[in-house]
Amino acid sequence: MTPDLLEQGAARIEKRLAALEAGKSNTESGGRNASTGRIATPGEVDVTHGRILYLEDVSVSFDGFKAINKLSLDIAPGELRCIIGPNGAGKTTMMDIITGKTRPDEGTVFFGSTIDLLRHTEPQIAQLGIGRKFQKPTVFEPLTVFENLELALKTNKGVKSSMFFKLDSAQSDRLAEILVTIHLADSVSRMAGNLSHGQKQWLEIGMLLMQDPKLLLLDEPVAGMTDEETARTAELFLTLKGKHSLMVVEHDMSFIRTISEIVTVLCDGSVLAQGTLDQVQADERVIEVYLGR
Amino acid sequence: MNTPPSSVILPVKGPLLTRVGLGAFIVALLLVCALAPMLNLLVPESSMFHMSTYAVALLGKIMCYAIVALAMDLIWGYTGILSLGHGLFFALGGYAMGMYLMRQIGRDGNYKSDLPDFMVFLDWKELPWHWTFSDSFAATLFLIVLVPGLVAFVFGYFAFRSRIKGVYFSIITQAMTFAAMLLFFRNETGFGGNNGFTDFKRILDTPIATPTMRMGLFVITGLTLLGFFLFAKWLVRSKFGRVLQAIRDAETRVMFSGYNPIGYKLTIWTLSAVMCGIAGALYVPQVGIINPSEMSPANSIEMAIWAAVGGRATLIGPILGAFIVNGAKSWLTVAYPEYWLYFLGMLFIAVTLFLPNGVVGLVKKLRKGGEK
Repeated sequence: MTPDLLEQGAARIEKRLAALEAGKSNTESGGRNASTGRIATPGEVDVTHGRILYLEDVSVSFDGFKAINKLSLDIAPGELRCIIGPNGAGKTTMMDIITGKTRPDEGTVFFGSTIDLLRHTEPQIAQLGIGRKFQKPTVFEPLTVFENLELALKTNKGVKSSMFFKLDSAQSDRLAEILVTIHLADSVSRMAGNLSHGQKQWLEIGMLLMQDPKLLLLDEPVAGMTDEETARTAELFLTLKGKHSLMVVEHDMSFIRTISEIVTVLCDGSVLAQGTLDQVQADERVIEVYLGR
Repeated sequence: MNTPPSSVILPVKGPLLTRVGLGAFIVALLLVCALAPMLNLLVPESSMFHMSTYAVALLGKIMCYAIVALAMDLIWGYTGILSLGHGLFFALGGYAMGMYLMRQIGRDGNYKSDLPDFMVFLDWKELPWHWTFSDSFAATLFLIVLVPGLVAFVFGYFAFRSRIKGVYFSIITQAMTFAAMLLFFRNETGFGGNNGFTDFKRILDTPIATPTMRMGLFVITGLTLLGFFLFAKWLVRSKFGRVLQAIRDAETRVMFSGYNPIGYKLTIWTLSAVMCGIAGALYVPQVGIINPSEMSPANSIEMAIWAAVGGRATLIGPILGAFIVNGAKSWLTVAYPEYWLYFLGMLFIAVTLFLPNGVVGLVKKLRKGGEK
């Protein structure tokens, strides 16, 4: 580097520091020192730009059928986003793309501003901090509730460390805490296969929480639950909001009304409308796709 | 730190063996190490308590099969991967041992040559390259583990990476063992062709057919079986074992929980193959022959039947299954030789239809019924 460039740089930093002291720090990156400060840590989710998940112009087609068509969507850290849409709108396919199960034909998917999800496999994405609950509850049926949660626990998931794994006291506490959260403390030694449908749903949510994910993708989490269980689940999601980002796909409108801030309506693989539930329900196009044309 | 909610009582992991289990284990250990040698070597032949050489040979052979059944249980019962090619790993271990035993014959063969008889017959002048280490017992022990392990690892790596599952995997393993059998049948591969290896005379420079040596091999086989049982028990009770079961039942969930199933499948697949190889190596000096028919597809299918009859994912079940099926086999093939295969087929159908959890499942059911 030539001396005059060095001098120019020094002058620029001095000017910037002076501006900071004077309180005129409104840069484009929201008052943060974008040019001189942050170092990207591999594997750490960078949310300083205010977005935890970006999907941009994502398309995927199966045998010529465009399941996802130029979909763009983003989610803020701590947000609880509800996704609705008629059958075949691409809600589950979108989750498949985010979790690495399906590769899109084009488009970009970023977790934070530095992690390109298209470059990672399913287990890696799970380790990065994206948890997913399936439409049909999938728990490990011949294992107990305790063992199910222990398997999901965030820890080294290599072969050798699994062979010699022992639950330490902090992990036991966390497990106990989650057992209480998902109302399964009395069933700790029961086989997961013997639980009721609603309890399996909860166990699966509990397993997600054990992973300590930053983003939770929940595909129809209250399907098959009783009204009381649904109410409890809504309560649980509202406590999770803020600490985690949540993306909830549901058909149960009253459930969505209880938990939602912003609702995104998907149709034919792209975003049709976005806003509060009342706004989207008043939208002509949304009424059209839901009531038929 | 948060204090855990006092109402939650987390289950505590029990000891490796329950009291009954420990008792049974000690009894088995005594049977193998003390009672059998005593009845065979010390009790005179005229006594009704004498254990015949035939019985020692038969039980020793079945114990080798029991090790195979245990290995099948780890890969099929616990991980849900049905291998129909475990006969190959068994035979590879057996052939590694057989090569050593062939060299131990020395100049006592029919042709009084340094080379094994079949090589003289083929007019070979020196040992092929893959016989280089056959002179050394230590190297042989090493090869018994290495060869089946390596073959399994390479095969498993490509199969699991390509996400080959279920019946496709079974068919490929079946094809693998069949292809290997054809290869070993050929004289020019240097494994004795369709005759294989036989006429063993010595092991570790001591005669192989003496009662003491037979008993020694019997005890070693028994101890290996018991040791592998404990190892398998430890393995399936660890978190590793639970991940295997999770892979069996919901592999996608396992991946979305942050586990890469390939490493897990490959580990248990290779371990299982190595166990089979060791069983094969113990089998050969006891039965005195190894030939390519050990790799025939039917043999590998029979191994799966042992595990199914005993009860998958129970560890003790497949061991019992190996004893039940092979016990029945040695009786039926003498009494009604022509009906043995019908019996085996019927057994498999009956177990699949009426006893999906095998003999152990039946016992559990009866016991539960008795309690009520």
